[in-house]
Amino acid sequence: MTTTNLTSIRIERWTTASVVAVSLCVAAIVALAVAPAVLGAGAVDRLTALFIYIVLAAMWNALAGYGGLVSIGQQLFFGLGAYFTIRIANLGVDPFIAMALGAIVTTVIAYPVGRFMLKLKGGEFAIGMWVLAELAHLLVNLDTLIQGETGTSLISLNAYDIGLRRNLIYWLALATMAGLLSALFFLLRSRTGAAIQAIRDSEEAAASLGVDAIRTKRLIFVIAAGGIAAAGALWLASAISFQPKTYFSVQWTAYMIFMVLVGGIGKFEGAILGAILFFLIETWFAAAGVWYLIGLGAVALIFSLVLPKGLWGYFADRTGLRLLPVGYVVRE
Amino acid sequence: MLNQIAQAIVLGGYYALIACGLSFMLSVMRVINLAHGSLLVLGGYFLWYLGENYEVSPFVGLLALVPLLALIGWALQRFLLARSARGGELLPILTTFGLSIVLDNLLFEQFGADTRSLAPYIGDMAWDSYELPAGIFVGKVGVLTLVAAIVLLGGLQLFLSRTGTGKAIRATAEDADTAGIVGIDARKASAIASAIAVGSIGIASAALGMRATFDAYAGGAQLLFAFEATIIGGAGSLWGTLIGGIVLALAQTAGAAIHPQGFLIGGHLAFILVLFARFFFLPGEFTYRLRRIAGLAK
Repeated sequence: MTTTNLTSIRIERWTTASVVAVSLCVAAIVALAVAPAVLGAGAVDRLTALFIYIVLAAMWNALAGYGGLVSIGQQLFFGLGAYFTIRIANLGVDPFIAMALGAIVTTVIAYPVGRFMLKLKGGEFAIGMWVLAELAHLLVNLDTLIQGETGTSLISLNAYDIGLRRNLIYWLALATMAGLLSALFFLLRSRTGAAIQAIRDSEEAAASLGVDAIRTKRLIFVIAAGGIAAAGALWLASAISFQPKTYFSVQWTAYMIFMVLVGGIGKFEGAILGAILFFLIETWFAAAGVWYLIGLGAVALIFSLVLPKGLWGYFADRTGLRLLPVGYVVRE
Repeated sequence: MLNQIAQAIVLGGYYALIACGLSFMLSVMRVINLAHGSLLVLGGYFLWYLGENYEVSPFVGLLALVPLLALIGWALQRFLLARSARGGELLPILTTFGLSIVLDNLLFEQFGADTRSLAPYIGDMAWDSYELPAGIFVGKVGVLTLVAAIVLLGGLQLFLSRTGTGKAIRATAEDADTAGIVGIDARKASAIASAIAVGSIGIASAALGMRATFDAYAGGAQLLFAFEATIIGGAGSLWGTLIGGIVLALAQTAGAAIHPQGFLIGGHLAFILVLFARFFFLPGEFTYRLRRIAGLAK
């Protein structure tokens, strides 16, 4: 009879590298919070966009990477978040409060939508979500406040001085990003998080251990919808104008897919890395117009074929490095 | 009223025709090809290019387009789908979506923002119509499209049920490993299925360009129509796709009758209603619910 020497096995969550990384993340967020004091207006606007991209990537990653739910229709929540912000602000509510309410209303709507749509599987769910986004787009167009494709603006933001407004939106975007990433981080480390990661690895195996896959998926669906709705509201605040066509465009989901595929699907760090890379590529190449879009599509295609785990997945597998620990490591 | 229904049935034939390849691929390969709409538009540009530069009729152009698309379908399965399917069932969705973005933007880069039509290359047919009883006129192009949809869907159904290759494709769809044991080359069967699915898009491309105009970014909307017709008709059933296309067109027509902007909304709502019915009122589902209420099932 052989016995396993249990004392030789250690279960680790925090490694030296991850302690350093999390400390650096906290330090970076503190530094970013005071950054507007030294940055120009253009840089503040660009960083706001980066924070929104990180939210979008993290949310799509939560959905696809952890929940195993590929959706081509997440622009549904992006558009609704912005739309409800406009609608609520029109009632005379302060625009910043309207943004929060817009995100909350969209999250509430996402719950029944999730219950319904999650009955679909795989590709049917993916395109079914796209149909819903198109339907929402058409319905929003019917609202006379929006004036069809002409769109409207979040005019009440003009009550704020332009410099103050820019910084407020920046801080809100930073806080939303930090808040959602921390929430996701702690969620993934909790008991539910263990269930989520088990489902990611094998739904059947997880179910056999008593994990309620459908409940967990519904939770992820609602979180992802809420985060993307907040991103839509923030985008509206920094862009001011609301044209339904722009917000309900499938391009938003294409961007999310690009960021997550390149960064590393199912990896917490991967989505963040992907968003930063997308931000840099956009900054340098967006002027290339159509060729920029062709390039994005081609890169996403090549990654899904050659490097389906993305850059971070490849790197983490090679080195065993984990910076933001949401799982455990068994060492002998 | 009768006239509107007749027009809707003809339009439904178009939806069934564009859904044909998507439905076929879904039923025998379990793959939803998100580049379906983009390939449809690519075919439209191919026929337009031949007509514009060489005065080739789209009907003659099809003789070149269908084999070309079949080749693309074969390559799609061999180099993209087979490869990405190894990474799970979700990866092919992302791969074909990436492909559609590349195709759409390449077409825009090449052909610009102008809308194109095949109507100038088919002579009188573009505006000729047949007169039905009760003074209803239906366009020749529309009738031809409906006939093409019926012939294509029926042909594919016969091919799957009667020929050896069709049976091999169905066996591979059921269980590729077991099909391999009984001597079926699963790789070949999948490649043939994909070639047929994409090749059939060519006929829909001709219909797309003859009945209306299209531009480089028209693929997304066409993909959604094809998808809706497939799902409304019952995923995996080819004849159902014909019914699905007609139901979609009737719903759109009803939507347009209710509100000037209601055409597309009507179609999307029909899609959601059908899903709703499928989830809650399926015979199996319903009896299961009854048994659950009675405490006989968990």
